[in-house]
Amino acid sequence: MSATTGLQVTDLRFAYSGGDFRVHVPQLGLDAGKTLALAGPSGAGKSTLLRLLTGLLTPTAGTVSLGAADLHAMSPEARRAFRLRQIGLVFQDFALLDYLTVGENILLPHQFRGDAGTPARNRMLDLTQRLHIDRYLPKRVSQLSQGERQRVAVARALVHEPQFVFADEPTASLDPARGRIVVDMLLEDARSRGACLVMVTHDPNLLPLFDQTLRMEDLAATA
Amino acid sequence: MRAALHLAARYVLRHRIQSALLAGALGLVFALPLCLRVLIEHAQQELRARAAATPQIVGTRGSALDLMMTALYFKRENLLPLPFGVLTELQHHHSAGVATTTAAIPLHVRYQAQGAPIVGTELEYFPFRGLHLAAGRQLRRLGDCVVGATLAKQRGLQPGGHLFSTPEQAFDMAGVYPLKMRVTGVLAPNGTPDDEALFVDLKTAWLIEGRSHGHDDLKKDESVVLKKEEDGNIVGNAAVRMYNEVTDANLASFHFHGDVSTYPISAIILLPKDAKAEALLAGQYARSKEQQLIRPRDEMEALLTQLVRLEGFAASALLLTATAALLVTALVFALSFRLRQREFATLEDVGVSRLSLLSVKVLEILIIGLAAALIGLVLLFFSSYAAPYLLRWAL
Repeated sequence: MSATTGLQVTDLRFAYSGGDFRVHVPQLGLDAGKTLALAGPSGAGKSTLLRLLTGLLTPTAGTVSLGAADLHAMSPEARRAFRLRQIGLVFQDFALLDYLTVGENILLPHQFRGDAGTPARNRMLDLTQRLHIDRYLPKRVSQLSQGERQRVAVARALVHEPQFVFADEPTASLDPARGRIVVDMLLEDARSRGACLVMVTHDPNLLPLFDQTLRMEDLAATA
Repeated sequence: MRAALHLAARYVLRHRIQSALLAGALGLVFALPLCLRVLIEHAQQELRARAAATPQIVGTRGSALDLMMTALYFKRENLLPLPFGVLTELQHHHSAGVATTTAAIPLHVRYQAQGAPIVGTELEYFPFRGLHLAAGRQLRRLGDCVVGATLAKQRGLQPGGHLFSTPEQAFDMAGVYPLKMRVTGVLAPNGTPDDEALFVDLKTAWLIEGRSHGHDDLKKDESVVLKKEEDGNIVGNAAVRMYNEVTDANLASFHFHGDVSTYPISAIILLPKDAKAEALLAGQYARSKEQQLIRPRDEMEALLTQLVRLEGFAASALLLTATAALLVTALVFALSFRLRQREFATLEDVGVSRLSLLSVKVLEILIIGLAAALIGLVLLFFSSYAAPYLLRWAL
């Protein structure tokens, strides 16, 4: 495993204040270009772990290293800047802005990075064609179906070619065929670019496609 | 910053109706005090200019303000009539053997023609006010009129046309017949109330009032004679034709009854020869119990002082309204941003910096503010353009 390009988690602990819910990951590593599926029943803490890995939640102890960066040693502002450049996120609720068009939503990270030029637009066109949403580019996202919105969220997570992609159940709103297209695309993208992919999924049929699988039940046994 | 501006602009555009309403309300509230100032400034300038161009006015003792508004703006205030004889006295007024006035111009302001004031005066009035004919010719005989530029434009009047005087009371059967007046000329515009008035000779004004009339010659037509009295008076019957139009053919039949020096006029504009003559005339009329002499510029200043005081009150009220509007706007933005907390949290999750998020919010406020300023400027421009019309309408 390469410590400078992959994902490294050491003795990560988290508990919501005043609650029984706890997450403890003693050790987790993921090389660049490798993929990890987070599996487990609802309420097992998959999304919480994903938020800890992306720096959206602060752990009570332990470290999360993304490449050479110790995520939780950074200032909040540095962590945000790191996310903008190095992380692609697919949220469970898509987190798209209704008043923007599909194209504007996808290019949002590039807009705030200040590099929404032709290369970014070309990548957007390529991604949307592969996700079959290219014809919706000038439409507002409020005019799309749930499945189409989900694919827009995937395109936004990948368009800036991040080193780390985290996806929270990106196939939840899709039919099996379209879901497979999206998963294949995420896997292929990560492997071809040498990026790390961590994906939360309920679907046991998808697990063999990933290089590694982390079952939340196994973590609970160690908590 | 560019991304923040793009996001802010997209949000405002997406909610364009709400944004336009907010900007419109803000623009209106902030432009109103400025519009009020523009209107008052214009009113002050125009009122002062007209007053300053009219050195002195003589009228029957009573309200100085009514006298001034009648003489300067042809308002039909309830003035007691001034006998025409006063004009003759003033025209021959001397002090130490030297004439005190260069001109004394009578004004008769009582009647209207389709809502426009009929001003009975003498030809001196026109050069005094700097009025020139744009078309046609000056008053030549009884029944002629010249019309102001705006009035002519509004009613489509031109030389050769006609206009009827309006009876004071529509159902007064014993009243005076409306006079059909001949339009002989149209005045060039000069941006004063003269543009909206109709000017006739003093005698025509008296003709409208019923002091003069024309009818069939009873000496020639026996069929209209009711009774011939021994003292030579002839009484006509109901068949006698009263003329309501002066023509070259019936002009000679028009005649005045009674002593002309007692005929009514509304006011006399006095042009004193010099400052000394002005003071002498003022002193003389200060002692008069029947008549008064006013200096319009003094009366106008008194009126404007009241106006400025009222503006102060209005401005204070508008300032309070503006403050309230500002607070409400701040609340609207605060509530809007609170409702959009999830959206801002999403942007933070994606990695947008706090500074960029703050920029988005500030830029949204600025865009609305800019739109409000634009609306305010349009209102301000409109008020400065409309000020003369509004003033004319108000007066």
